[in-house]
Amino acid sequence: MSTSDALIGGRSAGPDAPAVRRHGLDLRLFRSELRLVLRRRRNLALIAVLCCFPVLIGVAVRASAPANGDGPPFLSQVTSNGLFLVFTALTVLLPFFLPLAVSVASGEAVAGEANIGTLRSLLVVPVSRTRLLGVKYAGSVVFSFVCAASVAVVGLVVGLLLFPHGDVTLLSGTTISYADALWRALLVLGYVTAMLAGLCAIGLFVSTLTEVPIGAMAATAVLAIVSEIADSIPQINAVHPYLFSHPWMSFGELLRSPIGWHGLQTGLLTQLVYVAIFLPAAWARLQSKDITS
Amino acid sequence: MTAEVRVTDRAEPQAGARPATAAITTTGLTKRFPGGQVAVDAVDLDVPRGSVYGFLGPNGSGKTTTIRMLLGLVGATAGTHELLGVQMPRGGLDVLPRVGALVEGPAFHPYLGGRDNLLRLDSGDRTAPGRESRQRVDLALERVGLSAAARKRYRKYSLGMRQRLGLAAALLRPRDLLVLDEPTNGLDPQGTREVRNLLREASTEGATVFVSSHLLSEIEQVCTHVGVMSHGRLVFQGSLPELRAAAGLRVRIETTRPEAASEVLRRLGTGKPELRPNGVVAELGTVPSDQVTAELVAHGVDVRQLVVERPDLEELFVGLTGEGFDVDE
Ligand SMILES: Nc1ncnc2c1ncn2[C@@H]1O[C@H](COP(=O)(O)OP(=O)(O)O)[C@@H](O)[C@H]1O
Ligand SMILES: [Mg+2]
Repeated sequence: MSTSDALIGGRSAGPDAPAVRRHGLDLRLFRSELRLVLRRRRNLALIAVLCCFPVLIGVAVRASAPANGDGPPFLSQVTSNGLFLVFTALTVLLPFFLPLAVSVASGEAVAGEANIGTLRSLLVVPVSRTRLLGVKYAGSVVFSFVCAASVAVVGLVVGLLLFPHGDVTLLSGTTISYADALWRALLVLGYVTAMLAGLCAIGLFVSTLTEVPIGAMAATAVLAIVSEIADSIPQINAVHPYLFSHPWMSFGELLRSPIGWHGLQTGLLTQLVYVAIFLPAAWARLQSKDITS
Repeated sequence: MTAEVRVTDRAEPQAGARPATAAITTTGLTKRFPGGQVAVDAVDLDVPRGSVYGFLGPNGSGKTTTIRMLLGLVGATAGTHELLGVQMPRGGLDVLPRVGALVEGPAFHPYLGGRDNLLRLDSGDRTAPGRESRQRVDLALERVGLSAAARKRYRKYSLGMRQRLGLAAALLRPRDLLVLDEPTNGLDPQGTREVRNLLREASTEGATVFVSSHLLSEIEQVCTHVGVMSHGRLVFQGSLPELRAAAGLRVRIETTRPEAASEVLRRLGTGKPELRPNGVVAELGTVPSDQVTAELVAHGVDVRQLVVERPDLEELFVGLTGEGFDVDE
């Protein structure tokens, strides 16, 4: 070991020299978190799997065009405009594979660090528990966005390659330009990310309960599925509006003219309520937790 | 933080001068785990500034739990503590940047390289300028001799390299206090020596070093002070000379009649005599050694050799904490 450098390891500037703490936005740790999440091979593999779907759907539709009304929503529109491949893929992935990917990332967030012991290293740096939770939540939401955006981009490209791409006829029958429709697609992406933000908060909370990341991931995914199953049981339709998965599919409102803002607002409000419940719950849990891993 | 002069309130007579302020103080620090187990029981630590404090105890005696409480990772059931004069855990965000820590062995992301792992930790430090983070990380890696393996994935590191990376994390910034939990665990003698040199270096540069170990021999050479844990309690605390003084004199007699000799010792009122293959050993206590000689001769015990000695520290350590092998529970 080198003994050349007296610069580090010894005492700082002077005895009791106060450590000056920066406040405000914490981009360094956030960037580090993004690198961690987005460079992780498992997460990249998840994104790759998600991206296979628009390709598969595109190729299948090209091979044999579906009859009107067959298959998932938007599928029959794909042959008339490739942009609909984006919406078809999101519709296909939103019930299961997207929430699964989001459950993996958010369930991992705290439990993964606890599991390998890096949680204690971060806390003694020191990273305050509140800051850690904020960065972890932001990281999960960004991962959700990246997942949805990757699907959208691949869908867009495959749609351009295999199908016509002129003016777009909306669900309400109105026709808008391809460029205008792209803006709508961007809004759809934002809405889908917002829909997953509620699940991120739930996953993060579950993640603070355990030191076993796979358990947190599974529990979060199960909660998403339970919510969707409950949403499909008509006998309990009184609770449907309160389920976090209920408004997920409402992004179709963005493909009408005029846009069905009311349904979108309800969806955003639902997620906001879930975030407002589960983020503070995660905070309270982490704040009082003994870090013994 | 003010440079207040803080005199510790526990009035133990101490040989020689010691700094007026302490690097670590705890009063009645206690941890009872939810299961009901008391892992740390009313510990009063007093770690003088500038000292190299060996925190000793067998496995399971409560060292790691104490360190976790010191750093605010685990909440204390009872008691208070201060680091560098700052009340914890309240002042953690202010004082921890000045504290380098290694808790319960190294822990890093297995699929990241050594440098990336340190960059990750460095990015969490809001008191360090971001521009110089690469520089800090590279210096720390160089200091522990890991520059060549900076890019290698942590998963592929040997135990020794992992331990060094943990030390590099503790040495990322200039520190006033290092809290290191068993930094020599799993290292070969060469690695152990290198760690000792690092501790010495940090101490020379003015840092207080608080280092735990279950092996006295591994850190005895660098320590100025020791605290000994046993079953969650601090059973000894003081400077190394004080520890030596706490070990009373004992007499070792070589004879062909150990039973007779031990009978004589018993009657003289020494500590309990222990039979050895060719003699007997006992704590002298207040019995003068020449009286022992006289009595042995008077009782016709042949004395081949009679030695008055101090037990070495390892023996004393074992005496304080009980024999090894059985883990404290
Ligand atoms: N999370 C925990 N829950 C319950 N008991 C624990 C926990 N962590 C440690 N202990 C117990 O506390 C005691 C002290 O452990 P520890 O502080 O790790 O000792 P050391 O570091 O000296 O080996 C042990 O008996 C251990 O079993
Ligand atoms: Mg330990």
